[in-house]
Amino acid sequence: MIDITLTVNGEEMTGRAESRMLASDFLRDVLGLTGTHVGCEHGVCGACTIRLNGTTARSCLLFAAQLEGAEIVTVEGLGSPRKMHSIQEAFRRHHALQCGFCTPGFLMTVAEILETETLETDAEIREALSGNLCRCTGYEHIVRAVRDLVNERDGVAA
Amino acid sequence: MKPAPFEYLRPRTLHEAIAALAHDDAKILAGGQSLVPMMNFRLVSPERLVDINGLSDLATISETGGSLRIGALVRHAQAARDPLLARHLPVVAETMAHVAHVAIRNRGTIGGSLVHADPSAEWPLLVRLLDGVLELLGPDGQRAVAPEDFFIAPLVTDLAEDEVLTGVLLPVPDPDMGMAFDEVSLRAGDFAMVACGANVMLDDGRIASARLAFGGLGDVPLRMEAVEAALVGQTPDAIAGIVADCAEGLDPNEDMHASVAYRRRLAPVLARRVLERAAGRAGGRT
Repeated sequence: MIDITLTVNGEEMTGRAESRMLASDFLRDVLGLTGTHVGCEHGVCGACTIRLNGTTARSCLLFAAQLEGAEIVTVEGLGSPRKMHSIQEAFRRHHALQCGFCTPGFLMTVAEILETETLETDAEIREALSGNLCRCTGYEHIVRAVRDLVNERDGVAA
Repeated sequence: MKPAPFEYLRPRTLHEAIAALAHDDAKILAGGQSLVPMMNFRLVSPERLVDINGLSDLATISETGGSLRIGALVRHAQAARDPLLARHLPVVAETMAHVAHVAIRNRGTIGGSLVHADPSAEWPLLVRLLDGVLELLGPDGQRAVAPEDFFIAPLVTDLAEDEVLTGVLLPVPDPDMGMAFDEVSLRAGDFAMVACGANVMLDDGRIASARLAFGGLGDVPLRMEAVEAALVGQTPDAIAGIVADCAEGLDPNEDMHASVAYRRRLAPVLARRVLERAAGRAGGRT
């Protein structure tokens, strides 16, 4: 077993894991942060996306042992039901989730691309979101939510 | 969907990493964007993983004697926004936009892409196109290998089991050289069905030299030397005619995404698009 000390959502945490334990399972089963969802477990669906030292990463393609000393942000670090993050508010406003399984991954990806991408067109939004799959196929509403957030960010009237 | 048990080692130096590879069944863990899915599927079950993510010396891009050295641990996203690469080899950023998705580009490494040697991957094609040199370090020291010798078959390279790819050297091209890359995939970020890169130098409106390379059309990245020779001395409007038959005689793989016939059809379409774009960017004496 390996002892791991890391910062999650601004709070220092410790846990123990076998070397083969995936970071996604460590966050959920050891640290009890079940907001990070596990979909495909081979890096295709994006449901387990977290921020690792500032940038998004698939937590199913990381081992827990690799989180030693890392700064992690999970969906729990974005907002809470009483005080939602503006991205969560936009998803709620635009009905950008149906079953909600893919939503944590989408939220984490959107948080990054709003910082790093211009997203001038809906085609650019779709391309930036192409690493996250929604099996309910609710993409239209997700794109609308992101368009709203981009307009807000850029000071453009919708 | 969970990996088999393994021993996890985190060396602090390159020499410790090479020492850790002296084992029957050890694998290097870099970005893990190909290795970890294969481990989760138990397609591979190495007994020992050597995590080199702490070796920050391998994560740098520098200029050295007419070449750019890209460390093996440089991430695709880092290469896409690197100012040295943007100045001398803007085709790298153009290519990185096609590498998987945001979260995978943040994590996946250049070294990992090269040693994984997927026939449709972008970095093997770029290194072939740009005459790169792969730098390998093993217990007996360093050696440099050209891409035509490094890539042997799908997922098979010249890298020995106790060697580490430390980086790749890319020669700085003539500033007048035009370069371009494009690929066709089902969705943005999916594996390329066919990928294509080209370089063009113009002299007085005619092609003085050209490079054309494909990914996804064979077991390894292919350089199209006959097409390159036929382009010399021609004007760019002759490109379409010259590349029309370029896939004749090639034997691409067939899979659920694209038939042999479709891949052969894509080749001249991409070759024309990429060569014409490269010619348009060539700053030569036109």
